[in-house]
Amino acid sequence: MKKDQTPMPEPIPEEVLEKWEARGVSRRDFIKFCSAMTATLALPAAFIPKVARAIEDNRVPVIWLEFQDCAGDTEALLRANQPTVAKLVLELISLEYHETIMAAAGHQAEAAKKQAMEKYKGKYIAVVEGAIPAGDGGVYCTVGGKSAIDTIKQVCGNAAATIAVGNCATFGGIPAAAPNPTGAISVEQAVPGATVINLPGCPLNTDNLTATIVHFLTFGKLPATDRQNRPLFAYGKRIHDNCERRAHFDAGQYAENFNDVGHRNGFCLYKLGCKGPETFHNCPTIRYNEGTSWPVMAGHGCIGCAEAGFWDTMTPFYRRLPQVPGFGIEATADKIGIGLAAATAVAFGAHGVVSAFRKGETIESDKTEKED
Amino acid sequence: MAKKIVVDPITRIEGHLRIEAQLEGNKIAKAWSSSTMFRGIETILKGRDPRDAHHFTQRFCGVCTTVHSIASIRCVEDALKIRIPDNARLIRNLIMASQNMQDHVIHFYHLHALDWVDITGALKADPAKTAKLAQSISDWPKSSATYFKGVQERIGAFVGTGRLGPFQNAYWGHPAYKLPPEANLMAVAHYLEALEWQKDVIQIHAILGSKNPHPQTFLVGGMAIPVDPNSQNALNADRVAQIGKLLARCRTFVEQVYIPDLLAVASFYKDWAGIGGGVGNFLSYGDFPMDNSGSVESLWLPRGVIMAKDLANVQEMDQAKVTEYVTHSWYTYSQGDEKGLHPYKGETNQKYTGPKPPFEHLNTDEKYSWVKAPRYMDQPMEVGPLARMVIAYAQGVPEAKKAVGYVLNKLGVGPEALFSTLGRTAARGIETLLLAQKSQIWLNQLADNMGRGTLDTFNPERWDPATWPKEARGFGYHEAPRGALGHWINIESGAIANYQAVVPSTWNAGPRDAMGQAGPYEAALAGTPIADPEKPLELLRTVHSFDPCLACAVHLLDSRGTEIVKVKAL
Repeated sequence: MKKDQTPMPEPIPEEVLEKWEARGVSRRDFIKFCSAMTATLALPAAFIPKVARAIEDNRVPVIWLEFQDCAGDTEALLRANQPTVAKLVLELISLEYHETIMAAAGHQAEAAKKQAMEKYKGKYIAVVEGAIPAGDGGVYCTVGGKSAIDTIKQVCGNAAATIAVGNCATFGGIPAAAPNPTGAISVEQAVPGATVINLPGCPLNTDNLTATIVHFLTFGKLPATDRQNRPLFAYGKRIHDNCERRAHFDAGQYAENFNDVGHRNGFCLYKLGCKGPETFHNCPTIRYNEGTSWPVMAGHGCIGCAEAGFWDTMTPFYRRLPQVPGFGIEATADKIGIGLAAATAVAFGAHGVVSAFRKGETIESDKTEKED
Repeated sequence: MAKKIVVDPITRIEGHLRIEAQLEGNKIAKAWSSSTMFRGIETILKGRDPRDAHHFTQRFCGVCTTVHSIASIRCVEDALKIRIPDNARLIRNLIMASQNMQDHVIHFYHLHALDWVDITGALKADPAKTAKLAQSISDWPKSSATYFKGVQERIGAFVGTGRLGPFQNAYWGHPAYKLPPEANLMAVAHYLEALEWQKDVIQIHAILGSKNPHPQTFLVGGMAIPVDPNSQNALNADRVAQIGKLLARCRTFVEQVYIPDLLAVASFYKDWAGIGGGVGNFLSYGDFPMDNSGSVESLWLPRGVIMAKDLANVQEMDQAKVTEYVTHSWYTYSQGDEKGLHPYKGETNQKYTGPKPPFEHLNTDEKYSWVKAPRYMDQPMEVGPLARMVIAYAQGVPEAKKAVGYVLNKLGVGPEALFSTLGRTAARGIETLLLAQKSQIWLNQLADNMGRGTLDTFNPERWDPATWPKEARGFGYHEAPRGALGHWINIESGAIANYQAVVPSTWNAGPRDAMGQAGPYEAALAGTPIADPEKPLELLRTVHSFDPCLACAVHLLDSRGTEIVKVKAL
């Protein structure tokens, strides 16, 4: 009986592997990278060779601009693991301009940008980090004596595509928070005609950036997006719906205070202000720093950093959301909590017994509460 | 008129920095440091919940991430008289130490090294000789000829593509590069090693803080990361062991790669121990409390002030003596721009009077920067690893005396060599070494607390704003990688009435003041030789030795009653 209709993935062509080996990238590493990329992009395994082909010998020129930024997204890039930043910069892309990283300075740096724009006109990817201050004739951010607004128009206007990284570039972020003293705007607002994809987050998750670049290389176009121009593969699902603590929410088990027993045992952080129910991002599944952790896992609520205007709409950060979508007004969270707690008490008890049994006789049954 | 050169952007830093310099002969006579970006985060903070402030201020900077959260929660804790649990102190020490170590290594290899190391020179090296050189200075196990050959081939293949990416258009082949090919190859290999290392060791922040950059477990009153050896949702023995392993990796790399490389490179550039001295005044708030008493005496790296390079006289630091000038900054004060104001009384009205972009030159006789000019007793002060190390050395902190002595001895120079571009770069390495050797202690103490059942990480007594006084104000300090960082907060009726940060790069990168005194960058650049005005490599060396961080440096103060005009988006 044939159950699995998925075809076996084609192998990655030998000559591709050899080329990468010659560049000091082991077969194992390269295959791992292609598989990880394919998985992050939510593509079937059959696409692995296509991904491998796409990035082979095709270093896409990238111009990375920084405006009203904190370099947090650049630092995130330095934490990249799939591939590492060294592989990314030496082998996957050709980073023509990036103030924080590049060796050249002053007019030689600006010349590098100009050369790349001319040589790769219409072919390069622009990455923008930071908001663009449009107020007062652009005096709040100049590089090489030119205003950010002039530079972005020029660079993004001639790019194949622009990737806005981090909340400042995608939505104006912190400079645009009330009262927006510098008239900060997003990339889309600054260059309305350009092809822009938004990768918010504060900072963005670097895995989502590499996946977007690889998607572009593989298919020659940007991935499908939601209404806010965020790729669905990364921002298609609500944090709350994928959260590792969701079962506690459903069971009405909340941390009431930082440092209480519930907090130490991984209960839901909703009452401590978690914004997971209103935030769309893949933090719970890919996490940060090579899958080490993410805010909710470490005991602090989500602050909603992938959403537009979160510095104003999600604050105060420690006040619980007035309503959780799907559950109506605030009082219901408690009510649902109580109701669900009663309903789940039976199931919970049964589960406790099972886990105590599974772990053997050395486990005292009163510890089973911690199993959840 | 003498020739004026402009370097904008200064790259391999955080933020937007522009240096204009007037040359006389082949030396810089005068320099002007200008920051060209402004966001106004303090204004944005006004009226918000003080417990939220650390999330906002952390975004001052993503390179020195964590530091503005630490200073922010400390200023609120100072205002509300909150004492944090011992575990929170230890977790913060571990976060601060790993931030300093990781940031210093990135600075050395990825931001500063290319001022001293010629990548193209590495292609001419003999891998066998390189291995011999590396093995002669360190036990680092990777130093084989095969390894260096592999690195050289990788660089060769990259250069062979004809697309140098971030390495194009640089000052390669400049006569001021002095390293032999083998030292260049060794440094380039470790540039790549350090790229891997920095992302691995900073997982300490992910474990303790959820992610890096911008960890998210800081909390007024402690830390949000729970500690419980019997929970899988808290810091438990497993996570402590993971951190221990990463700290060990930190220490090995610092002892076996960073310090030997620093000494090897420095030995070819000893003339730089006589260049880039700067203002000669140093300030440190001190940091790394050894107990949770909150006392100045508990700080492992001491608090203090040194004036005019006088190591025999370390003065007490009093934050009340800090003022900021806007005489040459794009702001105005209501009582006139000639007078400095203390941060609690800081004012801001941003007012750009510079040239309309695009522009060639700034008018450096007038206002020319978004950075203010902080002064201590009306004197410009240098802050940073050098300030911390000379103050700790002069105070007789045993570890500092030993490590500073070791490095000076290795290089065959006296303590006066510290007051230079090279000294600044060396002090950063020395500090990294001290922290690498110290931080395991804090992890052990945390494990001891856990073993005894001391699990508190958060003091909830003053969490509820109902428990706060109607008015309160506080000062929060931190010794960030780039130096002394101070946050000042005024709280009224549960909300932020005024917020101000005077950050390391404000001290160091600030412009002239009302008395015409140059800031530390500006003073340090005077006298720096420039072999080729078209390729001012030497200028970069001195500026980079401070590890500039400009996004941090520029902020907007706000006084009560100062109305900030809302700017409409175009």
